[in-house]
Amino acid sequence: MSSSTQATAGNDQIPEGPSADTAAVPLEIIGRSPRQLAWLRFKRDRTGVICAGIVGAFILIAIFAPLICALYGKNPYTLYGQNDNLLNSYGMPIKPNGGIDSNHWFGIEPGLGRDIFALLMYGIRTSLGISLCVTILSVALGVLVGLIQGYVGRKTDYFLGRLTDLMMSFPQQLFFIAFTPVVIALFVKPTEQEPTYIRFFALVLVQFFLGWMSVSRLVRSQVLSLREREFVEAAQLTGASTWRIVSKELLPNIGSTILVQTTLLLPVNVTTEAGLSYLGVGMQDPTPDWGLMFQKAAEYYQSDITYMFFPGIAMLIFVVAFNLLGDSVRDALDPKTIR
Amino acid sequence: MSEQLSLAKPALPSQRKGGPLLEVEGLTKHFPLRDGFLFKRQVGAVQAVDGVDFTIHEGEALGLVGESGCGKSTTGRLVTRLLEPTAGQILYQGHNITHTDRKHLAPIRSQIQMIFQDPYASLNPRQTVGTIITGPMEINHIQPPGGHEKRVRELLETVGLNPEHYNRFPHEFSGGQRQRIGIARALGMQPKLIIADEPVSALDVSIQAQVVNLLQKLQHELGIAFLFIAHDLAIVRHFSHRVAVMYLGKIMEIGNRTDIYETPRHPYTHALLSAAPEANPDDEQERIRLAGDVPSPINPPTGCRFRTRCWKAQQKCTTEEPPLLQIAGNNTGHLTACHYPQDPTTAARDEDVVLDPALAALEQNAQESAEESAEESAEGSAEEQ
Ligand SMILES: Nc1ncnc2c1ncn2[C@@H]1O[C@H](COP(=O)(O)OP(=O)(O)OP(=O)(O)O)[C@@H](O)[C@H]1O
Ligand code: SF4
Ligand SMILES: [Mg+2]
Repeated sequence: MSSSTQATAGNDQIPEGPSADTAAVPLEIIGRSPRQLAWLRFKRDRTGVICAGIVGAFILIAIFAPLICALYGKNPYTLYGQNDNLLNSYGMPIKPNGGIDSNHWFGIEPGLGRDIFALLMYGIRTSLGISLCVTILSVALGVLVGLIQGYVGRKTDYFLGRLTDLMMSFPQQLFFIAFTPVVIALFVKPTEQEPTYIRFFALVLVQFFLGWMSVSRLVRSQVLSLREREFVEAAQLTGASTWRIVSKELLPNIGSTILVQTTLLLPVNVTTEAGLSYLGVGMQDPTPDWGLMFQKAAEYYQSDITYMFFPGIAMLIFVVAFNLLGDSVRDALDPKTIR
Repeated sequence: MSEQLSLAKPALPSQRKGGPLLEVEGLTKHFPLRDGFLFKRQVGAVQAVDGVDFTIHEGEALGLVGESGCGKSTTGRLVTRLLEPTAGQILYQGHNITHTDRKHLAPIRSQIQMIFQDPYASLNPRQTVGTIITGPMEINHIQPPGGHEKRVRELLETVGLNPEHYNRFPHEFSGGQRQRIGIARALGMQPKLIIADEPVSALDVSIQAQVVNLLQKLQHELGIAFLFIAHDLAIVRHFSHRVAVMYLGKIMEIGNRTDIYETPRHPYTHALLSAAPEANPDDEQERIRLAGDVPSPINPPTGCRFRTRCWKAQQKCTTEEPPLLQIAGNNTGHLTACHYPQDPTTAARDEDVVLDPALAALEQNAQESAEESAEESAEGSAEEQ
């Protein structure tokens, strides 16, 4: 990968040194925007393209999980193992390899006997949904705070910066574990049955609460350096409003940072979400969830290791692919960065 | 470089007839230095610009020259109102615009434009040349006949670029070409005054002359007034009708081009002139080598600011600040701030003036040992801040 990126890295660099002012420019008249150049570079990066394909597949799974399971003919709620007598008296799948057969491609769950393939499809959907919401909200708030800090500066910058520090010093895992039940209790009376969407909402909220700071810091530093650039002064000179300067001059220039941060933040959020479910404060049974599958699998791994494989390998592929994609995106957008 | 810059000398412009376009009086900018945790308090100020007066008439080119850090850019940014002046006033066509806010500044915004020093930082890398040039027009509701695109082509042609390149991005151009785009952007606003902040100092020497020539052509043809900022006198020589020499936030000498280049009075102007490469190397010229660093603008020397490096400095220079006056022997409009001005000549003297820091220190020690130590400790503490 790196060889192909490096070979193309010099593409958009300006011929420096004593070049004649009227140097002949290539005949092609329509210029390539920095974005188009980045796209060209990205397309040449094979790892990046493969990872983009894998990530795309995961996203398609998340979107079309119901459709996939309908075609597959199973759902994640039916207790196939118990209904069809596929479990022995200890609750273990009778068939070898966790009960894998032509009917249940990934086998069945020990204990309840649900279909693992269907569980995984829906689990990816839940986890990715939560993480995507967290990521989008975090990035949006991070960009907003960073822009304000960087552009307004002075006291605002100082106080927002200290707030960011404060939030960053929270012990994340502890905070999530402690506050998810608290947030849920705010919306649901202890006596009532809690609806799934409340938990979804609460999980998004707590993770988002501690998720935006890295983005805001990065955006702030970028805006601080961009603001000093003369093209921003040129815009001020023409009487451009603050809004116009922010939206037309600053935002397009931090677009690549935002994109890279998003691709790096999402897998982190997915693992965090899975971690929370594993610890028992995330989604609850019977809602299918990626992290919850690990929790279940951990209970049975001594007698049925197969169950651990499928969510585990899926998660591994997902995180690796997403991180490599993030690297490739960064390389493509900013070929001058030295890794 | 000198050869490149010796352009076909235009006829010396006669005194401009136009009225004053921009009048600057006592313009001051102090950047506060803050210190302290949580509750910042001001511990001092960078006196970047300290009481500067000058006037630019319509269609006139004023060169502003001085060493790095003397406050030239700050002056330019104050005039364009990118910075808020600490004191003094700026009159544009008789209107006081010193503290006018953005909304009320709108009518004259387009008339004062700027060309920046760094051609790589002054164009938004995410916008096409077309957007870069039309954006300012849109903001100021300038509707050129024939539409924006036609106007962009015209402007690109005016500045010597291929008009078909309006769809290209800045990274596809060389430094000189980018600077031309910056010029086209300024021209699109139909300005009456352009502040050019070292527009060629970031460019290759071979290109500098081309860009200066272009600016000069525009200045002559369109009658735009210029404040041309440069750090040496050679660049502005053929461009400016008048020249101001700045040192540590103050104007040391200002006058017509001939006054400054042929009959300079201020020791600092002499030093700058002797540093500038001459078009004609056979000319016998005095040689002055300025030694030492520019003192810190946080704690500038008392009296005359140039005295720490001046070879004519005397007791009076320490205590009394020389006013910017038309001293005896000067033409009208030629003002010099010096107690002991040089002879109005640039011819070689018998002995070169070589300012050696060690020598200067020895001499000064003999004269004003007490003062010197006091001042040095003050400077030392200034640097610590
Ligand atoms: N925003 C700022 N805050 C604090 N000090 C500043 C600021 N801008 C400029 N200064 C200081 O003001 C002084 C004058 O700076 P200025 O940029 O005007 O110099 P200059 O003459 O343009 O120099 P150069 O030839 O290097 O461009 C310098 O000492 C600089 O450190
Ligand atoms: S006033 Fe004194 S120190 Fe200042 S330039 Fe003149 S002679 Fe030199
Ligand atoms: Mg400057």
